[in-house]
Amino acid sequence: MRGAALWLLLPCIAAPVAMAQDVPAPDRQAQLVRMVRQDCGACHGLRLTGGLGPALTTEALAARTDEDIVSAILDGRPGAAMPGWRAMLNETESAWIARQLKQGFPEEGAGGRR
Amino acid sequence: MNRRDGLKMLALLAASAALPACATRTPRGTGDLGVVIERASGRVAVVDTSHRTLIGEVDGLGDLSHASVVFSRDGLHAFVFGRDGGLSKVNLHTLRVDKRIMQAGNSIGGAISADGSLVAAQNYAPGGVKVFDARTLELVADLPARYAPDRLSRVVGLVDLPGRRFAYSLFDADEIWVADLSQPANPRIERHRGIGRQPYDALVTPDGRHYIAGLFGEDGLAMLDLWQEPPQVRRILGGYGRGEAALPVYKMPHLRGWAVAGRRAFLPAIGRHEVLVVDTESWQEVGRIPVAGQPVFVMARPDGRQVWVNFAVPDYDRVQVIDTRSLAVVATLNPGRAVLHMEFTPRGEAVWISARDDNRVSVIDTVSLATQATLEVEAPSGIFFTSRAARMGF
Repeated sequence: MRGAALWLLLPCIAAPVAMAQDVPAPDRQAQLVRMVRQDCGACHGLRLTGGLGPALTTEALAARTDEDIVSAILDGRPGAAMPGWRAMLNETESAWIARQLKQGFPEEGAGGRR
Repeated sequence: MNRRDGLKMLALLAASAALPACATRTPRGTGDLGVVIERASGRVAVVDTSHRTLIGEVDGLGDLSHASVVFSRDGLHAFVFGRDGGLSKVNLHTLRVDKRIMQAGNSIGGAISADGSLVAAQNYAPGGVKVFDARTLELVADLPARYAPDRLSRVVGLVDLPGRRFAYSLFDADEIWVADLSQPANPRIERHRGIGRQPYDALVTPDGRHYIAGLFGEDGLAMLDLWQEPPQVRRILGGYGRGEAALPVYKMPHLRGWAVAGRRAFLPAIGRHEVLVVDTESWQEVGRIPVAGQPVFVMARPDGRQVWVNFAVPDYDRVQVIDTRSLAVVATLNPGRAVLHMEFTPRGEAVWISARDDNRVSVIDTVSLATQATLEVEAPSGIFFTSRAARMGF
């Protein structure tokens, strides 16, 4: 009993660390990866090497702050072709995407699609 | 034996059929063949539109996001333009890559001259057009889109014109260029400046007379009358947004694959859930049709009786059919998740539709709207049939 209660408490102990960088649930993360690769990829390239939109590779984004990237994702770039995605993404999700982009964006889940 | 091995075996059989030593198979024409881009796998599927089957697959084609295809005049070869600048010449009989080059860093599509001798690629990086010998893929002409001393523009909306000419638009320079390659060693370029802000794609009408570029940066389209002496650009459908705030454009519409039906052209509105209808004699707007989302492809069935429309995310699970006499949406279909492209069979009795997220291509009867077949294809995007070889602007 006592052990079980402690286990239940663990997430609370871990929470403050996680709060600093809120992350979407794993299945949502998979959706976001697919969305970035496929839908953002329509302009930025499936491999994010750029197209009508600029490259979104680690190197290309090195000088950008997370806030700058999040603002581009949520509100778009006025005057450019980049739309705001606020209708489809929230702050947490776009912040997670920004971090992943800067680190080198994950590939879509390997295997299992067929 | 899994499906892929089976396909490989079929491909080998097809290849061996081409060898004179074992010419036991009847040669077949290519008029009912096509390719489907498997965008995530660097592969194309070769399909047979008479039997609605997959004949085989050809891989090793690189990054095929936004890939497009043109066909040789004889319908034997597909020229596949990859995002990564790869240009591959695929033989539809042998299912082999006869020739492959890397011609740019970032590419967006291409065109083939009316006489079949020249293949042109439009590039984002380095911005410009490169022209190749269709037989050998050797470079014939390099045409950088240099609009200012050290500025290259990304090129969009490349189409073939009669007389070994190509027209294209410069997204970053607000210009339309017409390149005359009647003497490939000495290309001549005619520049049209200030055509409107940010042309994003273009089409040429079936008669080769009007080149129309859609503008992202303003409401309206730029139209070049190529029969006029000298050719001149004018604005059509100016201010179609009526000053209302545009909706976010989650995907650029495509104009290639024109929708000219009879004397009307059907065009996607930018930032609006509407298809615009324009009279091709007066070039005045004659209607606008509310649709289910931001249109991406607006394509006329070859006879012009219907126009089919697909949409940008998040409305891309739907396809709508417009009746061109009543200008009304007469059907809304749900062919799958993430519909990226549609292609009519040569005379339009069926349309093939790719649903990326369902890994499926559906073949739909355009009269009954019944699904005649579905094919399993991995993350399908563009569908291209060899009948394009005989059409200008494809």
